[in-house]
Amino acid sequence: MEALYLLVPLSLCIVVLAVWIFFGAADSGQFDDLDGPGARILHDDDAGPSGGI
Amino acid sequence: MSAILSFACFHCGLPADGHCARVLIDGRDEPMCCPGCAAVAQAIMDSGLGDYYRTRSEFGATGDLVPPQLALYDSDPAVAAAGDAVFSVEGLRCAACVWLIERRLARVPGVLAADMNVATERLSVRWDASQCRPSDILGALKGIGYSAYPYHQERHDAAREKTRKTLFRQLFVAGLAMMQVMMYAFPAYIADDGTLDADMGALMRWASLLLTAPAVLYSAQPFFRGAWLGLRQRLPGMDLPVAIGIAAAFAASVVATVRGEGEVYFDSVTMFIFLLLAGRYVELSARRRAARALEQLQHALPASARRLTGWPASADTELVAAGQLLPGDLVSVAAGDALPADGVIVAGSTELALALLTGESRPQPRATGDEVPGGAVNISQAIVLRVSRAASDSTMARLVKLAGSASQAKPRLAQWADKVAAWFVAALLVLALAVFFAWQLIDPARAWEIAIAVLVVSCPCALSLATPGALAAATDYLLRNGVLIVQPHVLETLHRATHVVFDKTGTLTEGRPVLRQVIPLGGAELQRCLQLAGALEAGSTHPLGLALRKAAGVVTLQARDVHNVPGQGIEGRVDGVLYRLGRASFVGALCGQALAPGGVYLGSFSGIVARFELADAVRPDAAAVVDAIRARGQTVVLLSGDDNCTAQSVAAELGIATALGGQLPADKLAYVQQLQRGGAVVAMVGDGVNDAAVLGAADVSFAMGGGAALAQLSADCVLLNPNLAVFGLAASTARRTMGVIRQNLAWASVYNLVAIPAAALGLVNPWLSAVGMSLSSALVVLNALRLR
Repeated sequence: MEALYLLVPLSLCIVVLAVWIFFGAADSGQFDDLDGPGARILHDDDAGPSGGI
Repeated sequence: MSAILSFACFHCGLPADGHCARVLIDGRDEPMCCPGCAAVAQAIMDSGLGDYYRTRSEFGATGDLVPPQLALYDSDPAVAAAGDAVFSVEGLRCAACVWLIERRLARVPGVLAADMNVATERLSVRWDASQCRPSDILGALKGIGYSAYPYHQERHDAAREKTRKTLFRQLFVAGLAMMQVMMYAFPAYIADDGTLDADMGALMRWASLLLTAPAVLYSAQPFFRGAWLGLRQRLPGMDLPVAIGIAAAFAASVVATVRGEGEVYFDSVTMFIFLLLAGRYVELSARRRAARALEQLQHALPASARRLTGWPASADTELVAAGQLLPGDLVSVAAGDALPADGVIVAGSTELALALLTGESRPQPRATGDEVPGGAVNISQAIVLRVSRAASDSTMARLVKLAGSASQAKPRLAQWADKVAAWFVAALLVLALAVFFAWQLIDPARAWEIAIAVLVVSCPCALSLATPGALAAATDYLLRNGVLIVQPHVLETLHRATHVVFDKTGTLTEGRPVLRQVIPLGGAELQRCLQLAGALEAGSTHPLGLALRKAAGVVTLQARDVHNVPGQGIEGRVDGVLYRLGRASFVGALCGQALAPGGVYLGSFSGIVARFELADAVRPDAAAVVDAIRARGQTVVLLSGDDNCTAQSVAAELGIATALGGQLPADKLAYVQQLQRGGAVVAMVGDGVNDAAVLGAADVSFAMGGGAALAQLSADCVLLNPNLAVFGLAASTARRTMGVIRQNLAWASVYNLVAIPAAALGLVNPWLSAVGMSLSSALVVLNALRLR
């Protein structure tokens, strides 16, 4: 039971951390475009010039 | 031939004839429709970006070989010096475009970062100002087929975006707090009496308090602000009970936590902040979607224009901001571009897409000498335009202003709803207080909880939220279809209207004559009569002449020595015989016969040949509209300034029972006022320019046609689309809107009548009331959105 005296404040810290990370992500535009990145991952960047493969 | 035609341009998908350039893509020679696309495809392949073609889901934008004078942007200090700008990019088709754009820009020397957003079509670029200029970036984009221009962030756009972002953060914080507080509340719910020791209970409560505080102080701000605004305007809105509920529950819980005794409601508080915010977020995005037509209007005018400097001697152009165009300037508008300002076509003929201005989806042909509105999109051919009005008072600017002012004014229905909502809220506060004291007597432990549930469960949303929502969605829908509502009361009054008065023959007819009947009088065949008339009128520009020529079809005869006698008719020789075509007296003088006046006669020395009856043609959709109005039980009346005979014949054709011809404006006014004294609600359709007094007297008035006359219009609603059917659309939308508002009011009444007593009796938990309230709001908003 005594562990809770440590764990409950710790969970508070984690919530604060989560909010901080979320705000940072929102500030850097993570949630502005929810379609583009999904398609972007499909591309390879290593194809050479003129015709690729 | 068909085999060749079946080629589609590999880049843009338009038909390619197979003769133009081919580009080697992935080892195959792919056909291109034009040198522009070929250049774009080649540029893409040469940059090693062929992967674009393998992953794209849509064809690319058609290439454009004309390099615009992008250098203008280099001199724009706001863009060039910063080394950091946002561009609007046009022509995005699919997500593969994003990859293409970002990769291409990464190869431009000096570009540090490029980030393309598909959803907003905005590209943000950072570059080193010493190595690269904005025109290099725009030029690189142009090279792969996309037009881009500096994005001028309009203040309200930015503000709205900020509201949405803030709301999203508040929602997130509330959600996180809700989940975590639930954890801390859990032990207290499952513990039997005495098993949860006091220290542990206090720990849980303090932790909950610490997490609920940001939810209340940060996330619940919209409610507190809304409540405060409502109080200041002495019009308590739906935020007030919610704010009081949150504040009361939180305050009671804080007191209980500090004193170490009593109930805490932290879990309920965070939960309803989250649920209510979620409802509000849905509503905000719904509202944004509902206002899209207005937004499109605002962005329809292009930011720049190509001004011709030495036309007609040279075709040199300079790129200027559209706002700097002055009346008299000549601008060149390429196919695919929007017209930067109102003007007259000086050279070229083309087809224009007027969808944004009139709701008309088919392209409209326009030729040299025609007046064209700014914001229309030039579809087929490049044209030269003489600007007739500066961009700031163009048709489009006026439209936006009218539409904007209409969206700000509140219709009577919404004002009424606001007032009722204010009373509702006041009554609710009294009720909550009464319930609180009543439960103090019955069961003091539950008094707080139940009073809070009463405050939160009530939903005056259908009153204060769904009515304006329905009206906004309907207004937007109509605007997209070419009906601009200027006065806010249009929809409700149109729905109540008992009489629809067309105040001109011209509102029901085309406004130009067509041939109704040919009566051969001299034994000649009907076809021969038409051919003769067609030959004589071959060069005519008179409306009657045009009608005859159109009716004659292909004319094989030729008339010589054609002589036009203004006001009388036309004479000429066909096969050596002198014919006259025109008024009875004019033709009668040649034939030596006295003819009854009326109609157009054709005759020669040897006698009269034929009589042509011409009349104004009824609009093809007029009959359907009139029938629809009658089917709704409204009376159709035609008041016309034309002679009684014309008015009667049009009325007879359309089945209008009441038609009065030869009416002066004063007569029309008297007639409308007489109807109104009899209790009628009169909707009036006119041209809006010459009949301001009558339109003003009617309960709701519609003006036909927009264009140049827009400034002088004095009507409640403007039918921008020349098609009369949009009047029918306005009427049916009015009916649907009122239907949706009635459904919403009925739902709100039933919900509140059931939920509030249930909460007062202690049957509904605070969290359940938050769910009910959120669902109820969402339901009415979504119902209103059906109107789109």
